Amino acid sequence: MIPAAFAYARPTTIEEALQAIADGGDDVKVLAGGQSLIPVMRLRLAAPETVVDLTRVAELRGVCEDGDHLVIGAMTTHHDILVDPLIAAYGALIAEATETVADPAVRHRGTFGGALAHADPAGDLPAVALALDAEFVIAGPGGARRTVAAADFFVDYLTTALEDGELLVEVRVPKLGAEWGVRYEKFNRVAQAWSIVAVAAAVRHEAGRIVEARIALTNMGPTPIRAKATEAALIGVDVSLETVTAAAAQAAVGTSPSSDLNAQADYREHLAQVLTKRAVLAAAGI
Amino acid sequence: MTQITVRVDGVSYTDDVEPRTLLVHHLREQLGKVGTVVGCDTSNCGACTVHLDGQSVKSCTVLAVQADGSEVTTIEGVAEGGVLHPVQKAFHEMHGLQCGFCTPGMIMASIDLLKENPSPSELEIREGIEGNLCRCTGYQNIVRAVQQAAGEMGSHGTHTAPETTGAQA
Repeated sequence: MIPAAFAYARPTTIEEALQAIADGGDDVKVLAGGQSLIPVMRLRLAAPETVVDLTRVAELRGVCEDGDHLVIGAMTTHHDILVDPLIAAYGALIAEATETVADPAVRHRGTFGGALAHADPAGDLPAVALALDAEFVIAGPGGARRTVAAADFFVDYLTTALEDGELLVEVRVPKLGAEWGVRYEKFNRVAQAWSIVAVAAAVRHEAGRIVEARIALTNMGPTPIRAKATEAALIGVDVSLETVTAAAAQAAVGTSPSSDLNAQADYREHLAQVLTKRAVLAAAGI
Repeated sequence: MTQITVRVDGVSYTDDVEPRTLLVHHLREQLGKVGTVVGCDTSNCGACTVHLDGQSVKSCTVLAVQADGSEVTTIEGVAEGGVLHPVQKAFHEMHGLQCGFCTPGMIMASIDLLKENPSPSELEIREGIEGNLCRCTGYQNIVRAVQQAAGEMGSHGTHTAPETTGAQA
């Protein structure tokens, strides 16, 4: 299987990339790591007129810190994330989820920003970005930048707030220090498979009592979704199997999971509850 | 057509390619590097794994134009002077193959794994080759082969096969 013919642009700066996108015609695809886009193009589910390849835009790659935020360049690869000392210190939830993405060869090419911009509901990183209230920095035609909150970035199935002509530049994520416990709890059946359901949890607790909980669900609807009822139910409770189980029983409230070959919707609702319980207990150190 | 120059197994090649040409097809059909095989064509099986600037990649999921200016190492480039790479030797000695179709990719993934983690546990080996499928299900001996190679490479110092180490652009 070979992709349909396309024009190819390989910019080396953000400015050149925006220009290439502007010049690319009606159907432009931005190629980040290509680990989703190239398979889709091989299957001819996408046949863009122009492909703008970002792999040589060095300024889009790398992790740095800005006060109490981590700033992750959109072209930072999954492998980069896993060996980055700032991520290790302040981004443990990102690292845990990234480690479960596909396999080592895919993680060498696939990128943090590409996975978020692709917005596959079964992808692992969107739920992490949502749980952490990440901010998406987007450059538009002419270089003007805007920032979109994670809650507004994921719009629908494979659809984000990115408009035509725009480029995801970086993602700003609040640092989580040692007072936070985190867990990415993923359920799939075989090696390198997508999540049937997964749960990203970050919990801040003091003396055994939860003071803040951030929980987001993967593949429980067309976009990642916060388990708000469970988050609210956890505030102020003393951590125990009973209290967490009771709060996690509300994990599927407000979700709209699909039924497909992997699982029926009601089974996904069951998984969301079980995985949320496991994730919160692990994040709380139990 | 776009002109690209790629160094493959130590030899530099300049060719015109269509942007849609996949790296694996360039390697096999233009450069004759047929040791790298196409297995699934869906980015799952890892049979086409090569090293691009020192890192394992699935060459069916990289465009040939993306390798312009880069170093590629295929299964044909890991032996040195007719002497098998320790991982090749271990796959041979431990019978880490049945039909052999997954073997080129398994060996390239294993070499990359051992570069990052010279003494992996059995679980780390299984996770390290997670992206490579053996449809004969011959995983037991593949894992044993990687364990043997790790032991041999650890006890004989750093192997000096023409492995690339450059950072990816």
